[in-house]
Amino acid sequence: MNAHGTAHKYGDNVDTDVIIPARYLNTADHAELAKHCMEDIDAGFTAKVQPGDIMVGGANFGCGSSREHAPVAIKASGISCVIASTFARIFYRNAINIGLPILECPEAAADISDKDEIDIDFDTGTIKNITRGKTYKAEPFPDFIKEIISAGGLLQSALRS
Amino acid sequence: MTITQKILAKAAGLESVRAGQLIKAKLDMVLGNDITSPVAINEFNKAGFTSVFDNTRISLVMDHFTPNKDIKAAGLTKQCRAFAGKYDITNFFDVGDMGIEHALLPEKGLVAPGECVIGADSHTCTYGALGAFSTGVGSTDMAMGMATGIAWFKVPSAIKFVLAGKLPPHTSGKDVILHIIGKIGVDGALYRSMEFTGEGVHSLTMDDRLTIANMAIEAGAKNGIFEVDDITREYLKDRVSRPYTGFTADGDSDYDEIINIDLSAIRPTVAFPHLPGNTRTLDEITEKVTIDQAVIGSCTNGRISDMRKAAAILNGKRVAKNVRCIVIPATQQVYLDCIREGLAEIFINAGCALSTPTCGPCLGGHMGILAEGERAVSTTNRNFVGRMGHPTSEVYLASPETAAAAAIAGYIGNDIFD
Repeated sequence: MNAHGTAHKYGDNVDTDVIIPARYLNTADHAELAKHCMEDIDAGFTAKVQPGDIMVGGANFGCGSSREHAPVAIKASGISCVIASTFARIFYRNAINIGLPILECPEAAADISDKDEIDIDFDTGTIKNITRGKTYKAEPFPDFIKEIISAGGLLQSALRS
Repeated sequence: MTITQKILAKAAGLESVRAGQLIKAKLDMVLGNDITSPVAINEFNKAGFTSVFDNTRISLVMDHFTPNKDIKAAGLTKQCRAFAGKYDITNFFDVGDMGIEHALLPEKGLVAPGECVIGADSHTCTYGALGAFSTGVGSTDMAMGMATGIAWFKVPSAIKFVLAGKLPPHTSGKDVILHIIGKIGVDGALYRSMEFTGEGVHSLTMDDRLTIANMAIEAGAKNGIFEVDDITREYLKDRVSRPYTGFTADGDSDYDEIINIDLSAIRPTVAFPHLPGNTRTLDEITEKVTIDQAVIGSCTNGRISDMRKAAAILNGKRVAKNVRCIVIPATQQVYLDCIREGLAEIFINAGCALSTPTCGPCLGGHMGILAEGERAVSTTNRNFVGRMGHPTSEVYLASPETAAAAAIAGYIGNDIFD
């Protein structure tokens, strides 16, 4: 499994209120949520994001509310992977449970700049920064989590077994 | 093992567990609200489940956008109501008997010490105050929990907080937890348990402990947990009739860190925008931070002792001109107690709006949204960008006493208790 796209870079403590503000939580519709993704910190995000692009954050990415609408909005906006130095724990499990790949890699999170071209190999945890000619290494997922992501989410993987 | 590890071992049917181990645990309660449950119900249906694991161990609480704030929100509660009817969910709480979930579940005796609870709401960690393992999850985990009664966890390590002494006047559990988050940071306990112990714990009321455990998530923690003592047992006496186990940590438990907290040194504390860890004590605020709104309520501070403390400050006073003060008792019982104890009259005479229970303004849902550039002092738990309304508005987190005093003064400053 691989991902390839342009990086959208953010800072530390990107919280779920800015990923998808609560004023839009009166719907569970994925496409509708995607329209407002990152609106309060990056109003231009939805206009510039392309299918396959990579989101990059610093420490504690996804902190705050347990709203699954946050990883759903990111995934539905076309993002294929989120890289951060650390993730808030509820966001981490939500992303896995809905089948949005995420990688913890402090080196990549610090080094990647906005608009860099990134290539990811999930099996090995290798992140390539094509723009800068650099390679970073993230811990690959344990098998248990790989299985959930490849099935497309927790319920799908439970049904499969 | 730590308290949390002992509960998780029991829930997983294992003799012992260690930090980092992946386990599957049996759940005693699965919780959702009107925002997160519809997403879970959609997933539940999409996966083709046709039954719930136990209709008495699921709680659906319609508290966030209720009473329905708009047509779409009305559709969400309608969907939950239909699901609750179809699967005969006994703990379905709708307008009229609902309260804010994390005030309601303990009050109704739906959580007991030693139990393993998940909730599709990040502040589910509140029930650690009762010595339960409880943690926030997303809607997919909730769907899986409702269908199977099981959730996967990575066993957390822990930070031990040893509390000593007694709180000084004008301080409460809110000031303790804001002080701790200010000290360790918003990711200071990431993935870990926060275990509160020490003789100082016995001087904290149940409401103080619920407030402290409630905001463990704001330090990134998986859960916050207290040992069961006489105060816990007294709280549970008329609420929980089933047997329960109060676990204690082993003497040789391995903690990542041990932090000593002197309660007598705690001062009224305020978290400035836009992070709960951005704290200053009132003494350190030399300027006057003018406010447009004060919110007293939420799963963090909407319990009866919070109402009493706010009322004691507001008694016989008036909220400053140009400040909207919104008081929201967290449950119907708290609301009724406010009326019976004469607090409702104090709030209304002081010029406050007194509302039916709702999470409303805390997350910028309804019942007190901020306009561009406006500021609020609030007893809620988050002050992120745009949390209570417009992206340029600001939220200052504080205790009920501090919020009430600021509402009267019209600003947050070091002389508001003078």
